[in-house]
Amino acid sequence: MSLLTVEGLSKEFGGVHAVEDLSFAISPGTIHSIIGPNGAGKTTLFNLVTGIYTPTRGAIRLDGHDIAGRRPSELAGLGMSRTFQNLQVFFNMSAVENVMVGHHLHLDRRFWASLVRLPSVVRRDRACRAHCVELLDFVGLGRYVNSDAASMPYGALKRLEIARALAAKPRLLLLDEPAAGLNATESREIDEVIKKVAAMGVTVVLVEHDMKMVMGISDHILVLNYGRKLAEGTPTEVRANADVVAAYLGAHV
Amino acid sequence: MFAEFLQYLFSGLTSGAIYALAGLGFAIIYNSSHVINFAQGEFIMIGGMATATMVAAGLPLPLAAVLAVVATMAVGVALEKFAVEPARGADVTAIVIITIGASIFLRGAAQVLWDKEFHALPAFSGDTPLRLAGATLMPQSLWVVGAAVVVIALLWWFFNRTLFGKAMLATSHNRLAAQLMGIPVRSVLVVAFALSAMLGAVGGIVVTPITFTNYEAGIMLGLKGFSAAVLGGLGSGAGAIVGGLLVGVAEALASGYLSSAYKDAIAFVIILFVLFFMPSGLFGKKGTDRV
Amino acid sequence: MWKSPRTGGLAVLVALVTLAPLGFPNAYFYDVAVNALFNATLCVGLNLLVGYGGQISLGHAGFFALGAYGSALLTGRYGLPPLAALLLSAGVVGALAFVVGRPILKLKGHYLAMATLGIGIIIHIVLKTESAVTGGPDGLGVDAFSVAGLTVSGDQAWYWLAAVLVVIAVWLSLNLVDSPVGRALRAVHGSEVGAEVVGVDTTGYKVLVFVVSAVFASVVGSLFAHKNGFITPDIGSFFRSIEVVTMVVLGGMASTFGAVVGAVLLTLLPQFLASFEDYEAMVLGGIMMGTMIFMPKGLLPSLRLLLAKRRRTP
Ligand SMILES: Nc1ncnc2c1ncn2[C@@H]1O[C@H](COP(=O)(O)OP(=O)(O)OP(=O)(O)O)[C@@H](O)[C@H]1O
Ligand SMILES: [Mg+2]
Repeated sequence: MSLLTVEGLSKEFGGVHAVEDLSFAISPGTIHSIIGPNGAGKTTLFNLVTGIYTPTRGAIRLDGHDIAGRRPSELAGLGMSRTFQNLQVFFNMSAVENVMVGHHLHLDRRFWASLVRLPSVVRRDRACRAHCVELLDFVGLGRYVNSDAASMPYGALKRLEIARALAAKPRLLLLDEPAAGLNATESREIDEVIKKVAAMGVTVVLVEHDMKMVMGISDHILVLNYGRKLAEGTPTEVRANADVVAAYLGAHV
Repeated sequence: MFAEFLQYLFSGLTSGAIYALAGLGFAIIYNSSHVINFAQGEFIMIGGMATATMVAAGLPLPLAAVLAVVATMAVGVALEKFAVEPARGADVTAIVIITIGASIFLRGAAQVLWDKEFHALPAFSGDTPLRLAGATLMPQSLWVVGAAVVVIALLWWFFNRTLFGKAMLATSHNRLAAQLMGIPVRSVLVVAFALSAMLGAVGGIVVTPITFTNYEAGIMLGLKGFSAAVLGGLGSGAGAIVGGLLVGVAEALASGYLSSAYKDAIAFVIILFVLFFMPSGLFGKKGTDRV
Repeated sequence: MWKSPRTGGLAVLVALVTLAPLGFPNAYFYDVAVNALFNATLCVGLNLLVGYGGQISLGHAGFFALGAYGSALLTGRYGLPPLAALLLSAGVVGALAFVVGRPILKLKGHYLAMATLGIGIIIHIVLKTESAVTGGPDGLGVDAFSVAGLTVSGDQAWYWLAAVLVVIAVWLSLNLVDSPVGRALRAVHGSEVGAEVVGVDTTGYKVLVFVVSAVFASVVGSLFAHKNGFITPDIGSFFRSIEVVTMVVLGGMASTFGAVVGAVLLTLLPQFLASFEDYEAMVLGGIMMGTMIFMPKGLLPSLRLLLAKRRRTP
C-alpha cells in the first residue's frame, strides 16, 4: 500500500491556483522527487501535506487515513517530518538544542517533571543530547554542536534542519530544496546524506532544482507546472517526456 | 425614549469621530511601515494641551491651533527619526515595546512640561446647545465631526490626487517595488508619522472643549483608536473611520443603557471580540502566512 | 558541577540575598528590598512568557492584582487561612489565564499586545468599579500572613520569605528552561512552524507558559497584599503592567537572572533619584526605548557577550 496518497488536491490563494487537482501516490522506502519551475506549487504542496495549509479541495491520506486539516504537530506524531526552503531554524538556540527539539515527541514531556528537574528527565535529556550530537555528525555538522544557530553559515543551517527533522525519527521525510544556495561540494554531501537516510528505510520526498542530484538519486519523479501534474515516472521516463522537455527541462538539460 | 437614544448617538458620534481620526493615524503608519504606533494617542493629548496652554497665554485660537498642530507633527517626525527608524528590522515585539515606551515617555514629558491638572479650552462657537428632536447637541460636537470630515477629505485628496500621496499608497502595497521605482521610501515613513500626528493633534484640539485634557488623556484615546482600526480591518482607511464611529456609538449606548462605569471597558471588549472571532476586521484583507 | 552557569548562578543569588541585609541600616531598606524581590519573582515568571516563549503580555499587572484581591477577600471576608487563600487565588487566576489564553495566544505581535493589554485594563476597571466587593478606588485592607499559627510580621521576616521565594522561582525557571518543555517553549519563540513540524503543540505550550506566568504573578500579588496590608486597584493598572515588562526587557529577555537584575534595578531606581515621581514615566519610557534600540538583548546578556568578547581579544 502507498504510504502517502494525494487525490484531487487543490489550493487557491485568492484567485491564484497554487496547486490544482493533483493526484499521486508515494510508496514506502523510495526517494520521490517533485520538480517544476519556480511558482509551480511545490512548496505549497509540502505545506498542504504537512498540515501547514488546509486544502481548498481534495484528500491527503497517510497509511490510507485522511489527514487533511490535521495540525502539523499531530502529523509529526504520525511519522512525518520536513525541512523548509526558507529556513525555519530556532535562531535563539544552539545547534544541538535545535536538534533536541526535533526529538521532542520521544522525550518525557510532563510539565511537572521538567519543572522540578526529575533525575529521570535529566538522564533522558543527556541520552538525547548524545544522540543529537551523533545526528549532527551524520549530517556533517560535528564541529558546530554547541554553536549558536544564529552564528552558523547558510549551508550549515540547511543541514541543521535535516538533522532536526531526522531527530523526530520520521517514516516520511520531506526536503524542500535542501541544496539550494550550496556549492558543488556541499551539494554532493547532502546527496550522500539523503541516500543514507533512504537506506535506513525512511521514505524521502525531495523538492530540488539541482537536476543532476534529482536524476541521480530519485526512484520516482513528479513534475508540476502551474500547480498541475505535467508528468511522472522514473528519471528515464521523465527525461524522455516531450512535455517536460518543452515546458521545463529544455531550458536546463 | 427616542430623544434619549439620539442623545447617546450624538455623544457616540462625537467621540467616534476622534477615534476615527486616531484609527486613521494607526492605519497610515501601519500601511507605510507595518509598525503599530502605540504612541498615537499622545498626539491627541499634545495637540489639546499645547493649544489650551497657548490660548490661556493669550494667543488667538486659530494661531494656537496651527502652532499646536505643527508642534505635534514635529514630535511625530522626531518619534520616527529617533525611535522607530533606528529599530528598523527589529521584530514586532521590539517595535511594540519601543512605541509603548515612546507613549509613556511623551506622557511623562507632558507631566513635567505642564502638570497633572486638567486643561480646558472654550468652545469654539459658544455653549448654547442646539435642540434636535428632543435631544441637545453642543455646537462643539459639530466642530469635532466637521473637523474630522474636512481632515478626512484632505487625506483622501492627498492619497488619490497628489503624486507623493500615490507614492505612499504604492509603498504600502509593495515596499520593495516602490523602492525599485525610485520612491523615497524613507521620506514616506516620515510623512506618515507627520500625517498621523496631524490627525491626532486636530482631534485633540477640537475635542478638548468637551472633554478637557491632561497628561494622561492620550493613552485611552489612542487605544480606542487602535480598537477602531482593528475593528475596521487594520490598514483600511475606510475601515478605521467606520470602526471609529462604531466604537464611539457602542461605547455611548453601553454607558447610557448599561453602566457608565464600564464605558472605558467597552472598546476593549469590542477589540477582544474582534480579535477572537474576526481577526481581519470588517474591511481587512485575509491572507495566509507564507512559509 | 559548580562551574555550570546554572548552579553557579543560583549559588551567587543565594549568597547575595543572604548577605545583602548586612548592608541594610534600617527597616526602610528591608521594605524596599522586599518589593524588589517580589518584583523579581514576578518578572522571572513573566520572562518565561515574554523572553523565552516570545509572547508579549501587557496585562500582567491584572493577574497580580487578581491574586492580591483574591487573597484579601478570601481571608478577610471568608476567613480562609492565608496560604489556602493564596493557593486558591492562584488556581483561579491560572484557570482564568487558561480560558483567555487559548484565543489570545493564537494572536501575534501587536494583536497579542493589544489583547493582553485589553484584558489587563478590563480587570483594572472591574476592580475599580465593583466597589461592593473590592472597596473600589478606596482600596481594601488585608490581614497579616500566617502559616500554621506563625505570623509573618516585620520587614525582616518578610525579607526572608521574599528571598526564599525568589530563589525558588529562579530554580524552577532554570529547571524549566533547560528541559524538554523549556526547549519546546524556546522553539516556539524561534520558529512556530519549525516547532510544529517536529511535533511541538505550539498553542499548548504558549497557553501553558501564559498560565505559569499568570500563576507566578498571582502568588506574588497575594503575598504583596498581605505584606502591604492595604491594596488599591492601581496595583493592576496599565502603567504597572508596562513597568514589569520594562523590568524584563531591561534585565534581558530570555535570561532568568536578567529578569531578577532588571526588577531589582527598576525597583531601586526611585530611591536614587530625588523627586523621582515627576520623572518616573519619562525614565520608564526612556528605558524601554533605549534598551530596545541600543541593547535589545538586555543588560545581563549584553554584559555577558561583552565579557566573552573581552576574553577572546585580550
Ligand atoms: N501564503 C501564500 N499566499 C498567497 N500566495 C501564495 C502563498 N504561498 C504560495 N503562493 C503562491 O502560490 C504559487 C506557488 O508557490 P510555491 O511557493 O508553492 O511555488 P514553488 O514551486 O515552491 O516555487 P519555487 O521553486 O520558487 O520555490 C505562487 O504563485 C505563489 O505566489
Ligand atoms: Mg518552493
